[in-house]
Amino acid sequence: MVTLMVNGKRHEIDVAPDMPLLWALRDHLALTGTKYGCGAALCGACTVHLDGAAIRSCATPVSAAAGKKITTIEGIGTTPAGRRVQAAWAKLDVVQCGYCQSGQIMSAAALLMKNRKPSNADIDAAMAGNVCRCATYTRIRAAIKEAASA
Amino acid sequence: MSVKINLERREFLKAGISASAGFTLAFHLPSGMAQVSGPGKTAAGATEAAFAPNAFVRVGADNSVTVIVKHLEMGQGTYTGLPTLVAEEMDADWAQIRVEGAPANARLYNNLLWGSAQGTGGSTAIANSFEQMRRAGAVARTMLIGAAAKAWNVPEKEIAVARGVVIHRASGRKATFGHLAAAAARMPVPAEIKLKDPGQFRYIGRKFPRKDTANKSNGTARFTIDMKFSGMLTAVVAHPPLFGAKVKSFDASKAKAVKGVSDVVQIPTGVAVLAADFWAAKQGRDALAVQWDETAANKLGSQQIMAQYKALAEKAGVVARSAGDAGKALGAAAKKVAAAFEFPYLAHAAMEPLNCVVKLNKDHCEIWNGEQSQSGDQAAVAAALGLKPEQVRINMLYAGGSFGRRANPHSDYVLEAVHIAKAIGGRAPVKLQWTREDDMRAGYYRPMYYHALQAGLDAHGNLTAWTHRIVGQSIIAGTAFESGMVKNGIDVTSVEGAANLPYEIPNMLVDLHTTAIGIPVQWWRSVGSSHTAFSTETFIDELAVAAGRDPVAFRRTLLSRHPRHLGVLDLAARKAGWGKPLPKGRGRGVAVHESFHTFVAQVAEVTVNPDGSFKVDRVVCAVDCGIAVNPDVIRAQMEGGIGFGLAAALHGAITLKEGRVEQSNFHDYVPLRINEMPQVEVHIVASNEKPTGVGEPGVPPIAPAVANAIAAATNKRLRKLPLRLNA
Repeated sequence: MVTLMVNGKRHEIDVAPDMPLLWALRDHLALTGTKYGCGAALCGACTVHLDGAAIRSCATPVSAAAGKKITTIEGIGTTPAGRRVQAAWAKLDVVQCGYCQSGQIMSAAALLMKNRKPSNADIDAAMAGNVCRCATYTRIRAAIKEAASA
Repeated sequence: MSVKINLERREFLKAGISASAGFTLAFHLPSGMAQVSGPGKTAAGATEAAFAPNAFVRVGADNSVTVIVKHLEMGQGTYTGLPTLVAEEMDADWAQIRVEGAPANARLYNNLLWGSAQGTGGSTAIANSFEQMRRAGAVARTMLIGAAAKAWNVPEKEIAVARGVVIHRASGRKATFGHLAAAAARMPVPAEIKLKDPGQFRYIGRKFPRKDTANKSNGTARFTIDMKFSGMLTAVVAHPPLFGAKVKSFDASKAKAVKGVSDVVQIPTGVAVLAADFWAAKQGRDALAVQWDETAANKLGSQQIMAQYKALAEKAGVVARSAGDAGKALGAAAKKVAAAFEFPYLAHAAMEPLNCVVKLNKDHCEIWNGEQSQSGDQAAVAAALGLKPEQVRINMLYAGGSFGRRANPHSDYVLEAVHIAKAIGGRAPVKLQWTREDDMRAGYYRPMYYHALQAGLDAHGNLTAWTHRIVGQSIIAGTAFESGMVKNGIDVTSVEGAANLPYEIPNMLVDLHTTAIGIPVQWWRSVGSSHTAFSTETFIDELAVAAGRDPVAFRRTLLSRHPRHLGVLDLAARKAGWGKPLPKGRGRGVAVHESFHTFVAQVAEVTVNPDGSFKVDRVVCAVDCGIAVNPDVIRAQMEGGIGFGLAAALHGAITLKEGRVEQSNFHDYVPLRINEMPQVEVHIVASNEKPTGVGEPGVPPIAPAVANAIAAATNKRLRKLPLRLNA
């Protein structure tokens, strides 16, 4: 049994300790907002927060997340930074296909939690691990600035 | 029009008359023909459909207006654009509009530009829906007014509608759509309706927020990967390492030893491992030992294929366009220029790796999919199962990107999912999930192409001759589209953008060699224009320089009969500050191209570093897509098209070595990342022409604009994709 603390709730699940956190969230906790894109920490679609830091859940075994504070896209709206990011995403209509956007929002929220006024270079550095094949990047950049000024 | 209304009315009006809580239109379709589906679906019983005047609009007693959208939402904005058209003619309030994906039912939801087939592609969603969806809204509005007039005993012409409220000003009476819905359902369907003139538009031409932003920003949007049913099994498949290889034998013992694995089954495309969750299925798949029969497999590498193509290009091909005598004119030219271009295979690499969910019963198959090709998939699945097409239900979910891939003309991954469900006797619902590596390696690529061009200029720098030879695989051959899209031996998608070159040149010859290579190929966002725009627009640029002319001015002289090309070219050039000097090491390049009846010009500014690396700093884009239904969605599609095209221009290549695909994931099939995304400005040409699509046309001009900018900065012409200055 592995104990996971997700969005303030405690879960006990019976999975192998090497199962990536992504699949524990998706297939065992029905938290499907976190997405599978590459399985190799290359695209960022699976980004969640582990004790406040953005991590790639596809390459993090559940054993490494056990007992730590996990926040997913389903819970990020309860944080001030997450709320601001989601509002900015809505204001600028960032999304297209939307599949990568959970990960984009989690990375953006983590950035703003650490850095209240990120520069363009800060944004590029924090967001370069999140791929968007629809290339919504110009709006992601603008929305992070919008969220930072809110 | 009235015939169509009556057809729809027979099936749908019943919903209104017999309205009771929880009823939806699905219950009034012929049995087995339809179901309510899609990401916008509300919980069962949440919306009372008090009034459903046609197949596209449903008004609930709760005052919701549900628009049934027949086109896949894969990012391009159909779930916003099509409801905009309904809202416009209905005078609905944007906030009351909900969106639902249409079921597979081509009789009601066919793509009007595809004959009787239902599906999404070719940038047709707005173009084919513009009148249909407006009429659907106008009919609803007329019937709501009729109901109010009857209830209030006032003439219909005294009644106005604004933002979802029906008003009789003289008496001060008002009612919402929801209040009038039940009565409206009893009104006669109007035989004649009048649509608004463009001057009356209040939705069309303005920004209204996307309908899918909120659920795509909080994790609740439902994609195929998110589907879950009780007892569902997830399948991961071992595909052959070479295209055309077959399973010889396999040993499932190690796979079956993985906890959670329930089945290992052979299917036509490989061996599938089924398990209680994805992780177990993938571990099981990785533990499989499969022996492959590679006798009939393709073993060629990209280099050998390109060598074959170059040799073929020495010979004349099948003529796609001919004017004057290009050979003679080339011989007589004062100056001859020749260039050859190489294009690699490209993967679509949408963010959601391909997947499909299937529930199978003896006489019924139900599918959940980011469904782009309802009619094709329905027919293919029915044939595979020995069912009738109407026994195959398809639920259209959001697609996590597609770029054409989910409209596979062979229904490849949908059939794979069906075969897996069949192999376990329909015992459990099955979710087929490809890994990223499967998605990258299992084919259906934009084909490789080789282009050879020659042109002649006279002593005054006038362009007198142009020849363009294209070599590559046909996307259409062997598909259901062959009869319509292969004409006189020419696959129209192989030469589009080249055979219809707009430049006025007295002597022209465009010809084609269609090759037979055992690599599965498919349309990729912008299809033929993904390569023809590059060769034509970089070559015309090179010719401008050879003629001693400015690239914009040179194009202008050849486009005098093409005002819409000229319009976007002039607008992009002006907004980009064309002609303003740039510092050393920086260059500006232009390209203009029509695809899917939409005209786009882009000016790229590029900085080239001393080490040969370069960065695209800024792109100015002008687009003429007729009436701009939602300008912000158009801007988003141009921004995204530029980024998607730039990814291919900078990095994109699927290469084969001895038949094996060399790439596997995003480390070696490199996507564009945020640090490479240029600043983009989009300008939309004001127009009263009928609207045309924007999903694809933003893609073709970016690669040639960038290559032309590099040439302006360095005098080096890059003719091989992806663009490499150091190669």
